[in-house]
Amino acid sequence: MDIATHLFSALYQFGDAFAFLVLSACGLAVIFGMMGVINLAHGEFIMCGAYVTAATVHAGLPLPLGILAGTVVSALVGVVVELVVIRHLYDRPLDTIVATWGLSLIATQGTLILVGSTMAGVGTPFGSVQVGAYSYSIYRIVLFCAALGVLAALYALFNWTRFGVLARATIQVPHMAAALGVDTRLIYSLTFACGAGLAGLAGGLYAPTMTLVPTMGATFIMEAFVTVVIGGADVFLGTAPAGGVLAVVKSVMTSWQGQLFGQIGLLVAVIIVVRVLPKGISGFVLRERT
Amino acid sequence: MTGLLSLFRRLEGPQTVGRGPAFWGMFAVVLMGALAYPLFSDGYTVGNTVYFFVWVFIALSLCLIWGYGGSLSFGQTAFFGIAGYSYGILTINFGSAYGFTLVALVIAVAISALFAVLLGYFMFFGRIAGVFLGIVTLAVTLMLERFMAQTAGPEWHIGSARLNGFNGMSAMPPLTIPWPGEPIVLFADVGLYYFVLGVLVLVYLGLRILMNSSFGNVIVAIRENPERAEMLGYDVRKYQLITFVIGAALAGLSGVLYTVWGQYITPSSMGMTAAALPLIWVAVGGRSDLTSTLIGTLMVLAVFQALTIYGSQYALVFMGVLLVLTVLIAPNGLVLGAMNWLGRVTGRVTQRAG
Repeated sequence: MDIATHLFSALYQFGDAFAFLVLSACGLAVIFGMMGVINLAHGEFIMCGAYVTAATVHAGLPLPLGILAGTVVSALVGVVVELVVIRHLYDRPLDTIVATWGLSLIATQGTLILVGSTMAGVGTPFGSVQVGAYSYSIYRIVLFCAALGVLAALYALFNWTRFGVLARATIQVPHMAAALGVDTRLIYSLTFACGAGLAGLAGGLYAPTMTLVPTMGATFIMEAFVTVVIGGADVFLGTAPAGGVLAVVKSVMTSWQGQLFGQIGLLVAVIIVVRVLPKGISGFVLRERT
Repeated sequence: MTGLLSLFRRLEGPQTVGRGPAFWGMFAVVLMGALAYPLFSDGYTVGNTVYFFVWVFIALSLCLIWGYGGSLSFGQTAFFGIAGYSYGILTINFGSAYGFTLVALVIAVAISALFAVLLGYFMFFGRIAGVFLGIVTLAVTLMLERFMAQTAGPEWHIGSARLNGFNGMSAMPPLTIPWPGEPIVLFADVGLYYFVLGVLVLVYLGLRILMNSSFGNVIVAIRENPERAEMLGYDVRKYQLITFVIGAALAGLSGVLYTVWGQYITPSSMGMTAAALPLIWVAVGGRSDLTSTLIGTLMVLAVFQALTIYGSQYALVFMGVLLVLTVLIAPNGLVLGAMNWLGRVTGRVTQRAG
């Protein structure tokens, strides 16, 4: 094997880890960064997206439309959850964690009862490409591009649209935004729906690559939380660089010692970063800037 | 002597509900009932009650950290698991002779406390608070579960104790008290019942004293307003760390007793569902009071077990609904609310009489 194939392999693994971290974290990061709410049912929104995607694909829709359906359904569920539960708890952040945990329990067990312990999966599209001695799934490269696309779309949404401006105003000084005539409740609802939709998108994108079980959310949730903790409250200054740093840690540890040590590496990284940069990377960057 | 007296005076105070002869009379009646209970019941039911008691310790630990300290920890089941596994590893390696099981109990609790010192140092001295604390502790717990679940191969062993991956460890010896003649083996019925009941009463009264002492008052002050507590000259981080470690030790005690009770421990006792359950008990009972937590835990456990007859998935859905409704409607907890109401009513009645 020459250096080029080694390099490609390393890049591929980095891209895979980066995509997984960013896609699973950005929904959580949007909700946390904008509303200060930690959504412990995040994994279940991902599961919802994956299940809807699989169901629509089984019903005959092409995969991209299925993923879109998964995203939309998750976002709609997000609106309902915000209206029924989250809305009443904005002044009690710890209680939102507890309540969303309860929702997660209901969703996992409810899916187990309604759909059963597993659901038929969707085949991974695009096949694979041969580089050197190994073959690589093209879909993983698509996922990497999707992660970059999601970051770009979020940047555009929050910086270039009217909704983005109103949302950022609401986050900075809620009562001032309200006084200026912004419907802050609507903004919160939409932001939560946006986060839930992103979770659904992650679920839809990863539906072809994993087994669909009611507890599948748990496989995402740790990576998502670790990325958000390290990244801090800002999606662009936090989540994206945190995804990059953690992807290096994870891919290096994984190729050195295996999957589990990749995750242990993440955990050790988070504990150390938390000690050094309590407000995460974005907190550090923003402090340097001011 | 005066020191001892002042300790007793701390049994009631501003941080715990229940005071005066009425409360302690009720306490004595309940304790008598609990002591006499095995006489009127069969071994299986008594063993089942021990199972309920075992969980009360982890609930009290969460009550301490979350209810009094104000830091929401999802990591209690991690300490639970660490202590349970430690007990198993120690006793499988060294046997149960000369009362070693009791020593193993203490060592296992100490190991989980040590782990809490390490983890707590990074969190509290990194000034992690609020929601982040919950996330970090949750990540640690899930990691531990995943790690233990993949230890199925024969290469994962400590001494002669196989970790056994997802199936967990089993066949560790039960608690054994050395006794002249024949050692007393505490199987999961009457013997273990009295042991656990004794420890439970000690822990409950001890925590009451602790929370009404100046230490407990500082902890509550930190919950109410960390900045103010700091301005008054208290090192918030140190107090939070100590609370966290005490809580971890209690959760560890719960883990050891659970392992002793069923003579097995599995990684799923550290999983998402397992971590959610103590939260539900404490939230439903009333997280800011020890007595409410204790009563609430026993009640929710009893309901949960009754519902499990219809299938544990349904029971868990019910638990989730219960948790969400409690948070939305009665954020202080159902039992605590009921007790405060009872206190007001009796107070009014005695006032009218007097």
